[in-house]
Amino acid sequence: MIDWGAIFSNAAVELISPTTAAYALAALGLAIHFGYTGLLNFGQAGFMALGAYGFAISTLSFGFPVWGAVLVGIGASVIFALILGIPTLRLRADYLAIVTIAAAEIVRLLFTTNTFQAITGSANGLSGYKGGFAGLNPIPEGRYGFGPFEYNEYDWWLRIVAWSIVALACLFTWQIMRSPWGRVIKGIREDEDAVRALGKNVYSYKMQSLILGGAFGTIAGMIFVLPRAVVPSNYQTSLTFFIYAILLLGGASTILGPVIGSMVFWVLLSFFSGFIARAVEAGWIPFMTSIQAGQLRFILVGVAIMLIVIFRPQGIFGNKKELAFVK
Amino acid sequence: MSNNTVPSNKPVKSTDLHIGEARPGCTKRDPILVADGVSRTFGGLKAVDVDHVEIPRGAITALIGPNGAGKTTLFNLLTGFDKPDSGSWTFEGRPLSGMPAFKVARMGQVRTFQLTKALGLLTVMDNMLLGAKGQAGENLFRAIFPFFWRKQEEANKARAIDILERFKLDAKKDDYAASLSGGQRKLLEMARALMSEPSLVMLDEPMAGVNPALTQSLLDHILNLKAEGMTVLFVEHDMHMVRHIADWVIVMAEGRVVAEGDPHEVMRNPAVIDAYLGQHHDEDLGEDPAAETEHVEAIKELLD
Repeated sequence: MIDWGAIFSNAAVELISPTTAAYALAALGLAIHFGYTGLLNFGQAGFMALGAYGFAISTLSFGFPVWGAVLVGIGASVIFALILGIPTLRLRADYLAIVTIAAAEIVRLLFTTNTFQAITGSANGLSGYKGGFAGLNPIPEGRYGFGPFEYNEYDWWLRIVAWSIVALACLFTWQIMRSPWGRVIKGIREDEDAVRALGKNVYSYKMQSLILGGAFGTIAGMIFVLPRAVVPSNYQTSLTFFIYAILLLGGASTILGPVIGSMVFWVLLSFFSGFIARAVEAGWIPFMTSIQAGQLRFILVGVAIMLIVIFRPQGIFGNKKELAFVK
Repeated sequence: MSNNTVPSNKPVKSTDLHIGEARPGCTKRDPILVADGVSRTFGGLKAVDVDHVEIPRGAITALIGPNGAGKTTLFNLLTGFDKPDSGSWTFEGRPLSGMPAFKVARMGQVRTFQLTKALGLLTVMDNMLLGAKGQAGENLFRAIFPFFWRKQEEANKARAIDILERFKLDAKKDDYAASLSGGQRKLLEMARALMSEPSLVMLDEPMAGVNPALTQSLLDHILNLKAEGMTVLFVEHDMHMVRHIADWVIVMAEGRVVAEGDPHEVMRNPAVIDAYLGQHHDEDLGEDPAAETEHVEAIKELLD
């Protein structure tokens, strides 16, 4: 018999997990790039890796305090954005896609190579950098919460910080996107020559957008590694594609889309993996081993996302009216 | 149909714009734009090769010429959308060569495009507001705090409504620009250019693909620009329109300026007729009697 209670409570846990928050923030960064500015950034995983490693390395190797480590990570991503943007933002959007996908792989391979093992930990990655963050925790020791949401003080601290950052990022993005700055950004998405002809420095705006969305990705990378260790294989191209899936699920040029999209994505993923694992155990799917079942969840999530994109192509929060004019 | 394209009011023509004889590259009394030795090649093709040209201030100048004459390329060069191989030009006495397009626009030289570039998924109002210059809220840091830009935004909106009313687009202000018809997009593009309060408006084929009824209102709008003290330079194919509203005509062919002058005079210029109809347009190619008999005999032979 299947334990439905466990499946649903495991799925509910993902609703507020720090990983969900990290993906939401990274997807919000992509919304700025792709949804609002029209920049095809396929290297969000690279920005996340820079955040994770920037935070971990400056803590472990240089003994930086938390705020210093955060600044190092953001600084690294700004430099990364400049390196990507200076040669490519003057060209057509497709070139940025090619360059970013390659650059993110370069970043991942640099962190994986044995040459810098002393600092990056190579393929084993890094751990033991959470002391500073845990030290800031004002919550007294103990377990809190109800039902499936029962955590110790570190886990609550992490969730509160992670979701506060997501909320602030949403407010910030909402504010700038309804300002004249956001209008220029959206104009660039529609036709950058027209915006140029109206006296706006398109190149500068695209660079600002790339840096801003990249910084969101970097902070997401830091949140992502706080409940786990830094492992280079987490930053493969598939990470970027999951974030794109979340973005399209929620609505590409929306503020809440990435957040809700990330929640739906992770809850569905957890639900399917719990359901399939138990269904195999219970003998409901006799032709499948439990290892095969582990892969099936990604197929089911893929099918779910396809259904949403087919029947609600503007995403959960997207404006249906916009679709009427898509060429 | 040609009668429909006549503007409702008889336009007041500016005259006495040039000094000396009206020939290619002649000096103007008060030029707003002066270009020297501008050339641009695409591979082996010399698309633009203009020795000297001056655009008179406060007048409507038409740039005409057959397809491939280099009109749009010259437009792109003068507005910074393309880089010339050589040449320099000044706008209101300030050198412009090599300046990026957005700076050119900020100096008051605004252009529209042959294929309209309405920003489809922005509302008509947002399209208009984008045209306004010197907006504080376009700086990322000030954008965060609405009190830096709210007042300016309200003023810009009022001005946008004013212009939209003139262009009869005010009812559409909250619709996506993508929902407008082709002609309305042309109007919107022109209206948007006006938001930046330009001194020189450059229109690339403003009438292309516009129905006759709208043509009339577009013509009126172009005449209004002049009435408000702006200089207009436009590319056009429709000779009726050029004759009716242009004060001065510059004719290009094969990348060069081949003729200049008052619209009525210039159409009689043999260089212009050659450019449009080819140099042998008045020779009947079928009138060679020797060749004709030859052909007839060849056909007879075939029939036998």
